[in-house]
Amino acid sequence: MSERLRVNPIACEAHGMCAELLPERITLDEWGYPLIDGRPLEPRLVQNALRAAQACPTFALLVERDGDNRRR
Amino acid sequence: MSSLLAASGPSLYWYLTRSTGAVALLLLTFAIALGVLDVGRWSTPRWPRFVVDSLHRNVSLLAMVFLVLHIVTSVLDSFAPISLIDAFVPFTGSYRPFWLGLGAASFDLLLAVTITSLLRRRMGYGTWRAVHWLTYASWPIAVLHGFGTGSDVKSGWLLALSIGCLAVVVAAILARVLQGWPANLGRRGAAIGGAAAFSLFLALWLPGGPLGAEWARRSGTPSSLLAPAHTSTASSGSR
Amino acid sequence: MSSSSAVTEAPDPRGGALPGTLPRLLAGIPPEGAMSLEEHLAVHGPLPELGGGRRRDRDEGARLVEEIERAGLLGHGGAAFPTARKMRAVAAARGRAIVVANGAEGEPASRKDRTLMASLPHLVLDGASLAATAVGASEAIVCVCGSAPASLQALNGALEERELRPDPRRSTSIRLAEVPGDYVAGEESALLKHLAGGAATPTFRPPMPYEQGLRRRPTLIQNVETLAHIALIARHGAAWFRRLGTASEPGSALVTLSGPVAHPGVYEIEHGASLSSLIEAGGGATAGFRGALLGGYGGSWIAAERLHGVALSNEHLAAHGASLGAGVVLLLSDEACPVAETARVARWLALQSAGQCGPCVHGLDSLAATLAQIATGSAPAKAGARIERLAALVSRRGACGHPDGAVSLLLSALESFSVEFADHARHGACERCASPSELPLPRRSQAKAEPSTRGPFA
Repeated sequence: MSERLRVNPIACEAHGMCAELLPERITLDEWGYPLIDGRPLEPRLVQNALRAAQACPTFALLVERDGDNRRR
Repeated sequence: MSSLLAASGPSLYWYLTRSTGAVALLLLTFAIALGVLDVGRWSTPRWPRFVVDSLHRNVSLLAMVFLVLHIVTSVLDSFAPISLIDAFVPFTGSYRPFWLGLGAASFDLLLAVTITSLLRRRMGYGTWRAVHWLTYASWPIAVLHGFGTGSDVKSGWLLALSIGCLAVVVAAILARVLQGWPANLGRRGAAIGGAAAFSLFLALWLPGGPLGAEWARRSGTPSSLLAPAHTSTASSGSR
Repeated sequence: MSSSSAVTEAPDPRGGALPGTLPRLLAGIPPEGAMSLEEHLAVHGPLPELGGGRRRDRDEGARLVEEIERAGLLGHGGAAFPTARKMRAVAAARGRAIVVANGAEGEPASRKDRTLMASLPHLVLDGASLAATAVGASEAIVCVCGSAPASLQALNGALEERELRPDPRRSTSIRLAEVPGDYVAGEESALLKHLAGGAATPTFRPPMPYEQGLRRRPTLIQNVETLAHIALIARHGAAWFRRLGTASEPGSALVTLSGPVAHPGVYEIEHGASLSSLIEAGGGATAGFRGALLGGYGGSWIAAERLHGVALSNEHLAAHGASLGAGVVLLLSDEACPVAETARVARWLALQSAGQCGPCVHGLDSLAATLAQIATGSAPAKAGARIERLAALVSRRGACGHPDGAVSLLLSALESFSVEFADHARHGACERCASPSELPLPRRSQAKAEPSTRGPFA
């Protein structure tokens, strides 16, 4: 049971906080939009991933558990 | 201030309510400035985006804490007859009802903003954002409340503080309006117009109003609290 | 296997549906106007008995889904998704299902859907009704692009005819909805959002339409051609359906043939028919061609030198990096300039963006700009690398498949027409750049807003 990052591209407005808070998995493209590494999150990163999702002003960053769409 | 000296001297609560009110205004001003920086996506290597955003949220919450202190101490203070209800329901009090009521109105708006922000995840983003715009309305109302009820208005520090905060907010509004210029020109023009009008209004009103003669009486202080007949305000120029 | 033969849209003089051969959908199609209910029943026979009473409806519905599964029907809206799987998902979801027939056809080079709706409306309505019964829905909405008045008229007329001859086997309540003809408006989630009163722009998924679509009900949304096939499978069965086509892509399909052929138009082919037989059925080529666009403006180009022996099935086309998509077969004559045409389409695709997702808005705009520069010979150094980088930045970063389709079109053009692109990068516009444009594009194309932000100051 693993967690992955996903971005809702419609909600995303390129604020860029996610890339600051989880640089291990998120970088920004030339227009400021996030490039997400979609591989399963290592357990040590989950806490920071959740914090990054909390910080997103438009709720665009999602931490999803494999197998269901429940968001945390 | 001397016109309001009653038999018992000013209590600790009286000082606290005035100081927390001033600090609240300062913090709200700071919060607006940070909000404009936040939505403007301002950042430097030392001040990353998430810091600006967190600061904005935390300063706003701190402002609410000071506002609550401001309200509680004004209720606890025995000098002016202010009840807890007056803090939430505007214009129903007996102490300077209009000017105090403005404070209640401003507080109500900020309550809506705070509650929606704390419950952000439960409502749509659009709803949250729409309510958030009320902050721009709550600020000038709070300033008028401060001028109308504040007994320190004539002393330099509150005036200077308020004018300083006004300058910061006007600058913030200008910066905000310039983001994404010239889209929505009508609304942007209205915002600049509103800021200019408010500033002009203060410049015209203050001298003859709170800074003028007998403001305590004119603003609705219960007569039992007023010093008998004779005012000791220095500037007693004719209207 | 039956011989692969594409058939013209001319009316079949023998009438009647001939089992096992073409035409199937287009059998008896009138040269103009819509086929009446009488004619429809004469050509295809009556709607199969579905039985009265709700319980038997459910059994019949499940049996129909099984038959469709045995037939191996795939969707004809572009994604070729197995229809039975979709129907099962909707039938199994919680809540009362609803059927949406997608006749929006925002693909400029496709005309098959409006041909079906305008000339053979009863096929579409039968299919909608059967699909509704199969998934337990009592309601179906047929979406027609507002700029297809013949389709609207024909469907309205057909609904009136059905009202005059009520049939317990057709108990689904069907209504029409006029929808925008924009390119992205026909995307499933965009269509559903529009029907719910919002803008015709795609939504983020999950939730998927089959679980929570229109009014949060499980929604079966199918292309009108897919529904037409259902109308015939229900009558003639899976074995009949499989007599044409290939094992993995059975049955027939409608394609829109355009470009330098004697008779461009909508044709019915069996899956796996050769491209050359389609061109022959279309009266043969009237000029040499440089390449063929398969699928639509979200599809792929195949250069002329690789067209020999190409067969029209997704399986075969995959080897060429292409697919049938929305059934578009668009030939580009050798009098056109593929570079200029590609630059034009690239700009149009950028303007078709719903404007919701940053990578799509910015990426497609940059791609269009770079292609325009190449077309006029003012390309920056390493333009090819830039295009590849942009393509990677854009792929799978939107809420819908639009940017991915655009990338597919542009990259396949660069590969298929590499000589012309290299020429243009070095020497600028060629004499063919001034030829009239061959790729059909709607005239009105306003750009959508910048990536949307909210609030008075946006």
